[in-house]
Amino acid sequence: MSSWQIIQQSLPLFEKGFVLTLWLSLIGIIGSIIVGLICSLLKYFQVPVLGKIAAIYVEISRNTPLLVQLFFLYYAFPVFGFKLNAEMCGIVGLIFLGGSYMAEGFNGGFDGVSKTQVETGKAIGLSRLQLARYVVFPQGFTLSVPALAANMIFLIKETSIFTVIAIPELTNTALDLIGMYYRSNEYLFMLVVGYAIILIPLSIILTILEKRVRYGSFGN
Amino acid sequence: MAHSGINVLFEGRNLIRLFGGLWTTVEIAAVALVLGLILGVVLGVLRTFPSRLLRFVLRLYLEFFRIIPTVVLLFLFYYILPKQMGVNLPANQVATLVFALWTAAEMSDIVRGALISVPKHQRESGMAIGLSRWQLYRYVLIPQAVSLELPATINLVTRVIKTTSLLMLISVMDVINVGQQVVEANNQKYPTGVFWVYGIIFVMYFVIDYPLSWWAKRMDKKRLERANG
Amino acid sequence: MAKEIVKVEHLEKFYQKRHVLHDINFSVNEGEVVALLGPSGSGKSTLIRCLNGLEPYQQGEVTFNGEKIVPAEKNWQKIRQKIGMVFQSYDLFPNLTVLDNILLGPVKVQHQSKEAATASAEKLLDQVGLREYENAYPRQLSGGQKQRIAIVRALALNPELMLFDEVTASLDPEMVRGVLNIISNLAQDSNMTMIVVTHEMNFAQQIADRVLFLEDGKILEQTKGSQFFEQPQTDRAKAFLDSMDF
Repeated sequence: MSSWQIIQQSLPLFEKGFVLTLWLSLIGIIGSIIVGLICSLLKYFQVPVLGKIAAIYVEISRNTPLLVQLFFLYYAFPVFGFKLNAEMCGIVGLIFLGGSYMAEGFNGGFDGVSKTQVETGKAIGLSRLQLARYVVFPQGFTLSVPALAANMIFLIKETSIFTVIAIPELTNTALDLIGMYYRSNEYLFMLVVGYAIILIPLSIILTILEKRVRYGSFGN
Repeated sequence: MAHSGINVLFEGRNLIRLFGGLWTTVEIAAVALVLGLILGVVLGVLRTFPSRLLRFVLRLYLEFFRIIPTVVLLFLFYYILPKQMGVNLPANQVATLVFALWTAAEMSDIVRGALISVPKHQRESGMAIGLSRWQLYRYVLIPQAVSLELPATINLVTRVIKTTSLLMLISVMDVINVGQQVVEANNQKYPTGVFWVYGIIFVMYFVIDYPLSWWAKRMDKKRLERANG
Repeated sequence: MAKEIVKVEHLEKFYQKRHVLHDINFSVNEGEVVALLGPSGSGKSTLIRCLNGLEPYQQGEVTFNGEKIVPAEKNWQKIRQKIGMVFQSYDLFPNLTVLDNILLGPVKVQHQSKEAATASAEKLLDQVGLREYENAYPRQLSGGQKQRIAIVRALALNPELMLFDEVTASLDPEMVRGVLNIISNLAQDSNMTMIVVTHEMNFAQQIADRVLFLEDGKILEQTKGSQFFEQPQTDRAKAFLDSMDF
């Protein structure tokens, strides 16, 4: 069989894997943003107890690999009766990982709001909540956009690790096919193309966003 | 019976085997980091040179390693090196090579970012006292850039260490692969052993990575405070 | 006797171990304009920031309008509505239009009706000649314009005291005059009580009823404005005036 035929034949399978990668990424990213925002707000408002818990979670999540987190979810937890299917494990793991990255992204934005802006806000008598609502959050969110976008790309790439718990996303699809038919060149090519289609446009958008924010789409 | 499960770690040579696996992991990470960081600095410096072609080629290199997930990079090299290029390397060397090239790509971007953010008048004052290009980089730009980007570099190190967890995918006998074997061999006797084995691997990674990222964070914080006066 | 707006007694401030303000005592009466002068690093800005609760102090008392301030963030937040402050870095909020910058305090903090607040904001904008920019964003304005808006933003709260911290220090020379004129008018026409930190000696001489001369965190002399520039009482102040090329 020619390479072209091999590729054509595998196309439907890759399409499935592609869609699954996108779908899992999307859920993972949305979940991560929600978790990250909550953690970041708990930190910003120095909420007692919950703020500490969030800080500990962020450190644990950031300093351990996704693969180990997934193994834990997939193999270790069922021993105690928490049994999730592979895809749920993947999503939960990705959100567990991504939540901390997103939290750090938001934190960076909030911290990036200049001290003089905060003081000016205080000087006109804004309360803590008002300061957050009118000064820190609007500017901080804008500042954190590049970090959030970079995290999205990171999380999409991390879905490739789902292959270890046999979720049939892009990487798993390619590795399965290689295992069955021993045609690594063609399938690896398809795999790279699959990720390139998703990630090249995103990475171009990220570059533009970084420039925008760096050159102060809004300097005061 | 969660408590009895922990004994799986003390059964036979299990714990020693796990640490042996960890050593393989650390070794690969260390060699890859040394090679990658050095190559990365060189590439980063080259990326600030005026040649457009050079910059374009290096940018492509960076984007390739940045866009393709590391898992995929590992398999690309694992399959393509022997098949297309006739290079037959053991799996742990393939992994070292991939991590080193990936580290170099990321590092080149960190170094370039730092170099171009050294204020222009520093570069000009250096040239004004007659420094050659090499001297300018050696004495003025690189020292300033290094201190500027140390936190980012440490964060890159923690990322590389975390990424070594992928070694098991190409059958390197790293800590996770050893862990899997231990779990399988002791499954009958210790049904909850899996929790403790993966638990200790979890802790191992955390113990290595947390101090590094704490250090990087502290440096960043200090810098922010200084910038704010 | 005129009403006392601010009174500072035995104020001491440290940055960790560094003693930056030593036993500061002074008061400011209603309608009075006090200039804080002194070399850079003398503690002028730190002092003025203490009066608005932006810097904590370790000892001493600040009395505002006859009431001793208990230095807790919640109290300061209330008092700041009565004290307008303008900074060197003007710092308009980049995410809000000029008008929204001005309305933020009156509407959100003081709960004035939006209509009433807008009407008085527009009046103030007229006075500084920037009414046409009310819907512009800060990035569309020049430095001098931004600083004038920052003054309006502080005035919109109807403060009883205005603090000016080197408000012309980061402006181009040709912008300085316009900003200083607004402050002078405020002193003369509105009889506003003000404390001004500045390096513009001509301006200080023109508006200051009284001068506090600071060096190394101590008040070395308090002199009537008209007198300070002619016959300063301390040699240090004399040397300072000479060095300012005044």
